[in-house]
Amino acid sequence: MAVRRLAENQPESFAFTPENAAWCATQIAKYPSGRQASAVIPLLWRAQAQNAYWLPRAAIEAVAGMLAMPYIRVLEIATFYSMFNLAPVGRAHVQLCGTTPCMLRGANGLRSALVERIGPAGSTTPDGALSWVEVECLGACCNAPMVQINDDYYEDLTPASLGGLLDDLAAGRAVKKGSQTGRTSSEPEPGKGTTLTDPALYDGSRVGAWRKRFEEAEAKAAEAAAAAANDKAK
Amino acid sequence: MSKIVIDGRELDVSPDLTLLQACEQAGAEIPRFCFHERLSVAGNCRMCLVEVKGGPPKPTASCAMAVKDLRPGPAGEPPVVLTNSPMVRKARAGVMEFLLVNHPLDCPICDQGGECDLQDQAMGYGIDASRYGENKRAVEDKYIGALVKTSMNRCIHCTRCVRFSTEVAGVAELGAIGRGEDMEITTYLERAMTSELQGNLVDLCPVGALTAKPGAFKARPWELTKTDGVDVMDALGSAIRIDTRGRETVRILPRLDEAVNEEWISDKARHVVDGLRTQRLDRPYVRKDGRLAPASWAQAFAAIAAKAKGLAPARIGAIAGDLCATEEMFALKALMDLLGSPNLDCRQDGSKLHPKFGRASYLFNSTVAGIDRADAIMVVGSNPRREAPVLNARIRRRWLRGDLLAGVVGPQADLTWAYNYLGAGPESLARFVDHPPPAKAAPMLIFGAGAFARPDGEAILAMAARAATSLGVVKDGWNGFNVLHCAASRVGGFDVGFVPGEGGLDAPSMAKAGALDLLFNLGADEIDVALGAFVVYVGTHGDRGAHRADVILPGAAYVEKTGTYVNTEGRPRFAERAAFPPGDAREDWAILRALSDAIGAKLPYDTPAALRAAMRAAHPHLGAVDAVTPADGAAIVALAAAGGAPSSAPFASAVDEYHLTNPIARASATMAECAALARAPQRFAAE
Repeated sequence: MAVRRLAENQPESFAFTPENAAWCATQIAKYPSGRQASAVIPLLWRAQAQNAYWLPRAAIEAVAGMLAMPYIRVLEIATFYSMFNLAPVGRAHVQLCGTTPCMLRGANGLRSALVERIGPAGSTTPDGALSWVEVECLGACCNAPMVQINDDYYEDLTPASLGGLLDDLAAGRAVKKGSQTGRTSSEPEPGKGTTLTDPALYDGSRVGAWRKRFEEAEAKAAEAAAAAANDKAK
Repeated sequence: MSKIVIDGRELDVSPDLTLLQACEQAGAEIPRFCFHERLSVAGNCRMCLVEVKGGPPKPTASCAMAVKDLRPGPAGEPPVVLTNSPMVRKARAGVMEFLLVNHPLDCPICDQGGECDLQDQAMGYGIDASRYGENKRAVEDKYIGALVKTSMNRCIHCTRCVRFSTEVAGVAELGAIGRGEDMEITTYLERAMTSELQGNLVDLCPVGALTAKPGAFKARPWELTKTDGVDVMDALGSAIRIDTRGRETVRILPRLDEAVNEEWISDKARHVVDGLRTQRLDRPYVRKDGRLAPASWAQAFAAIAAKAKGLAPARIGAIAGDLCATEEMFALKALMDLLGSPNLDCRQDGSKLHPKFGRASYLFNSTVAGIDRADAIMVVGSNPRREAPVLNARIRRRWLRGDLLAGVVGPQADLTWAYNYLGAGPESLARFVDHPPPAKAAPMLIFGAGAFARPDGEAILAMAARAATSLGVVKDGWNGFNVLHCAASRVGGFDVGFVPGEGGLDAPSMAKAGALDLLFNLGADEIDVALGAFVVYVGTHGDRGAHRADVILPGAAYVEKTGTYVNTEGRPRFAERAAFPPGDAREDWAILRALSDAIGAKLPYDTPAALRAAMRAAHPHLGAVDAVTPADGAAIVALAAAGGAPSSAPFASAVDEYHLTNPIARASATMAECAALARAPQRFAAE
């Protein structure tokens, strides 16, 4: 992640729509008085959603005003989380996970595909359709490699399937969310059924085998005790 | 108390101490960057690692682990802490290596060099050479105001500055944006900080990331001569250390004084230094044909003697300014006594406080440390944030602790602590004249100097005393009646009786046209003296007083003379001389002594020591340096009997522009820049 700064061109003002303002009030009401600042992330998130998925300076100040927080405290939060975009993004904003599990499963290939299709990280296509950044782990490691596009995860990607996905998104066609290989969430791949097919797993020779040692030891001890008791009786 | 074994030494410590504090009690030195006694614990620098038996089986950050968190051994042995084991040494060396991964090797051009925690601790606890070949990170320097210069490559992210501005200064302006390696310390969009205590960030920063902007690259700490002094920028009398090189005062730093300023000083106290170099009066002047012309001392004294000859004593007067040492006022009062004139006053702001009402009526009786004990504070006619920023920080700390009933009558300002606003003028104070006392053990009333510096000041004072009586703030072992002065010399002036004698004129009357023929002005620059009188100005700067003067006698500023200053608590403090006055300028006591000789009323003091001894003989409590001699609270009760109806004009703070309250500050380019920023706080660095 690079150093994050507010965008150069900023709108003059920002105001929540009446519906969003009402929603914000419900969020703020969740917290006891004097602790309104706890609502800062939901409010920033909603402000970003209202403003084409990026946070202008005016929105940061508006949220700070609503929660009686110093501006710098809200700016700290907006710059800390990569979920907040500080500059305009494409209509489909791709966040590529580049952390170890995804990297091992081919995230570097996805990155090359994105650079080729959109440009270097942080750039937007001239038509404003696509943009991308690299982020840290998004927590979908079992479906690596993956990207997040706007609010949804797209998983089990290859450079080719990501390319098709971007084409569809840029053209405004409907796309399939989640795994792109037909897996249901993180279940095994279709046709593979269960991966645990080795019968040895179920006959006690491997699973639970550790217990046998102790059972044998216990039996031996019991035998010895019985033998000792017999000797005494004699 | 709990037992703990530190480096093989068993000792009994309070269970609330952190391991770091316990180790210090045991005499073990623990290196640290982020930990600071007066700030919250962050625990992010990891430099204070120690080995603990009875805690987690890994090096433990001793600043963030309390003694009570440790468990005894299986047989009940006390927990064991090792501060110098091989494991600890290795852990510290590792932490230091990580800190230095991104720290530039620019010590030769860094202003912190020589007083840098990182330098010292790298020598003490680091390894000898770098194993790191990669590029260091580069961070943009930030603009955060006129007083603090940033070199953000050097930042080690201890967050002391963020915690200081949020917790102590009470203005949450600094923050850490970004995260991880990209974390950066900045103000919001690089706006200038607005706190009056921001200069302390430079002392707090353990590395050279935040250094003083005024005086950058001018001096190295080891080439400076350090002298203990007393700050005169406000009436708190903060303990300062004056660093000089040759004749030049280079910088001013705070000294630790738990009773008054702890380890902070205000920006004005710290950065007024360049005002000591500019606009200085370095030779006598005599007005000829309407213009001030340079003269010799002999010519100046001859001009005064010619004027003074044959004048009736009632036509001679003296006004003392806000920065005078007590000795000078004592000497000038003695001179006026010899001349037989009752016209003398140290209250150039027109204050109606007067020693005749008793010493308790003009002191901060609770003492500054008493703020920590207070459970109710009402501020009347004052903006303590501007009048005494360090004292205000103390009130804020008390407020942060909770359970404080706080109220303000007078100007409504952002004081960095929350209060109930009770009204603007005397009518709001009148509500408390017959008010049942609050159920509080240590209530405090703090009256600003501005509350009494008005024509109806005596009536206000009587009303204040009545309110104090009805609210029960004066009781056994506690006197909650407090006056917060703005002038460093004021309490000293009252203590030596530098107020009009029987039938004498006060300062505003003396300044009126035709009141006097000869006026001695001892550094009073906040009063307009009308044309007519022959004014002899003894002072340091070409300010208002010098412009009006007919004879200027150049004096010494506060760092250039020894002197006693009595702070608003009534605590006499003694300042050593750190530098010499410029050019032909002389110490004020010597000027007064020579002047007295010239006009035929010779003062009997030939050395400052003799003058001081005479002053202490006349006023013994001034000899008890650094001790507060408590005043009798009965004076407040007696004062309550006085009558008078105050006008309905709202209270105003005595300080309008914080950075420009005295001639030294007005001569300072740094203070002028700060004042301009304070007037337009929203201005951006880049615009």
